[in-house]
Amino acid sequence: MVNFTVDGKNISAPKGTMLLEAIRGAGISIPTLCAHEAVSRSGACRLCVVEIKKGNRTRIVTSCLYGVEEGLTVNTKSDRVLNVRRLVMELLLARCPESEVLQKLAKELCVEPQARFVADTDKGKCILCRSCVRVCEEVVGVSAIGLFARGPHKTVGTPYNEKSDACIGCGACVYVCPTGHIEMTSTGDKRKIWGRTFKMQACSKCGKFFAPADQLKFISRKTGTPLEELKICTECR
Amino acid sequence: MTKAMSVAAKTKQIVKKHGNDKSGMIAVLQDIQETFNYLPKEALKAAAKAMKVPFSRVYEAATFYTAFSLKPRGKNIVKICLGTACHVRGASALQDKFERTLGIKPGETTKDNKFSLETVNCVGACALGPVVVINTDYHGQMTMKKIDKIIDNINKEGAQ
Repeated sequence: MVNFTVDGKNISAPKGTMLLEAIRGAGISIPTLCAHEAVSRSGACRLCVVEIKKGNRTRIVTSCLYGVEEGLTVNTKSDRVLNVRRLVMELLLARCPESEVLQKLAKELCVEPQARFVADTDKGKCILCRSCVRVCEEVVGVSAIGLFARGPHKTVGTPYNEKSDACIGCGACVYVCPTGHIEMTSTGDKRKIWGRTFKMQACSKCGKFFAPADQLKFISRKTGTPLEELKICTECR
Repeated sequence: MTKAMSVAAKTKQIVKKHGNDKSGMIAVLQDIQETFNYLPKEALKAAAKAMKVPFSRVYEAATFYTAFSLKPRGKNIVKICLGTACHVRGASALQDKFERTLGIKPGETTKDNKFSLETVNCVGACALGPVVVINTDYHGQMTMKKIDKIIDNINKEGAQ
């Protein structure tokens, strides 16, 4: 166990734990958007910043990527932390003004849209945290989407913004997206995502449409499970 | 179809030259661009397949670097340096001149496919500023008069 203090409280956590989990475990809340248990950490949203003190120096770090250290002094509510977090929130809000998640979080942090950061109109709700790209690569294993171009033109999508052959329509990217940028519409036997329409498979027992046929084929190919077995929905299995 | 096949075949050769490995991706993309003058979609797909890298990763790299073009480019590529040193010596006036003479904006290609215009942020030859790079030739201390001469020369060469 590693012992350290957070906001004056003595806390111990197993070695290798990230500060975010350790601090939350102690009942202190820290806002974050991009930290998701399904994907590896990237420290992209930068809302989880905390101030750490080692010796006489203090430093701002992202708690989701900083491992616990013996004797560390962490401050989650210092003026410096709140200033940094407020600025990050203001910039995120200017990028995605229409995101309900960001609006709600901004309200909780008492942040209002700033006139000096002109609101973007073409970015949708995407904060470029790369969670969807990660889940597609790490969990699903198809890498159908990516972040293309750079700087202010950077966008998430499929190559050439075309229908992707690699995509299996699983919707994992929709699930991990913290702001709800990715659009997926399911109507009866069809599901539309990333500009492609997938045919949904009806459960061979109850007849409910439960998953894209392409996803079941992919799982069958990956795991060696016969496709017929997968055509039964999880509730009937 | 046959053209797409040859693009894929050529790309495969290029990838093989760099060891069929994803670590040579940038070098592969550079070679593809040298061969086709831009990065064709079929070539990117074939390269991704040969290197066993997802197509989206290759496309990410291709769109990240401004040195790569996804659109077909002209025979002669004019790069105007707009770095600080060139900028203060009037590079933007040179850009205007090129735009007027060639009738295209940066990132575009003339209708006869002779010229493509690009702006770059520094070519590392600041002492020669303002610099214009045409294909692989560096033209230092550029002036309006020199521009006319160079374009005339290239047009004449093409006529021969």
